[in-house]
Amino acid sequence: MSEHAAVGKLKGKFSGSVLDVVEFRGETTITVKKEDIVAICTFMKKDLGYNFLTDLCGVDYLGKAPRFMVVYNMYNLTTKDRLRIKVPVEESDAKVDTVSGVWGTANWHERECWDLMGISFNNHPDLRRILMPADWEGHPLRKDYPLQGPGREPYQGRHK
Amino acid sequence: MGVEKTLGNNVVTTSLDKLVNWSRSRSLWPLTFGLACCAIEMMATGAARFDLDRFGVIFRASPRQSDCIVIAGTVTKKMAPVIKILYEQMPEPKYIIAMGACACSGGVFDTYSVVQGVDEIIPVDVYIPGCPPRPEGLLYGILKLQEKIMKERNSFGAAIGIGERINEA
Repeated sequence: MSEHAAVGKLKGKFSGSVLDVVEFRGETTITVKKEDIVAICTFMKKDLGYNFLTDLCGVDYLGKAPRFMVVYNMYNLTTKDRLRIKVPVEESDAKVDTVSGVWGTANWHERECWDLMGISFNNHPDLRRILMPADWEGHPLRKDYPLQGPGREPYQGRHK
Repeated sequence: MGVEKTLGNNVVTTSLDKLVNWSRSRSLWPLTFGLACCAIEMMATGAARFDLDRFGVIFRASPRQSDCIVIAGTVTKKMAPVIKILYEQMPEPKYIIAMGACACSGGVFDTYSVVQGVDEIIPVDVYIPGCPPRPEGLLYGILKLQEKIMKERNSFGAAIGIGERINEA
């Protein structure tokens, strides 16, 4: 299958930033360096027409390095074309520049990602918790967060 | 000064207690408050087919006009303080029905974000099991609460400011 049209353009402009391109069942995923994410997202929106950020989420690959990925699913409303961009994030430096200046909708998505995954976003206008109570400690969607919460004994099964 | 002692179990006051209990139990006004899928079943119980009105159960839109709150659904830790405030806004006497597995014990949601039963935050009078309970289940729970109210003693005395209500099984 031929390469996605956006990949060539992205490689042309950000040749040093593209780490990996994967095509699977017609879906293209581009892994890029996190330092250039704002520039790349601006390019994707302004020049390639990906004017809608469908979703932004975090993934925890516990045990792997880098531990986290931030995933940007974007959509071009004119050509009805989807693209996925991923950014690896180290646990020791779990910070990514915000793209809320590119797509306004990223504001709440990044808050959710911060709330549940503990990945913070530089220059975010309002980085507060969005789902958990404001005084919550920890980030519950991390793989090393205990399911029953830190204050309780984990479930041992019915026949203890 | 005045009558300090609880009115006691003489014929007149016990009969007055019965009158008060009867009127309270037959006009239970629950708060219009639902949390999850149990609330759908609660609405069905209130609607034409099961018709809570025939028991004098009329949903009120304000905690200040309510006698009873049906905890219909999963109580998250984020919602818990809200429920507590609503409960505190209700005038005495007030009753709580925990409807469904989630409100009784947390149900299937044995997780960090869910309160493992509302009785961790507010005192529950009637527990209704089920996921969700059928409207008949909720009706049965309400009738059980009526029975419980009917067994209260000194409710007349408490109403006129002498002694406390005695609520023993």
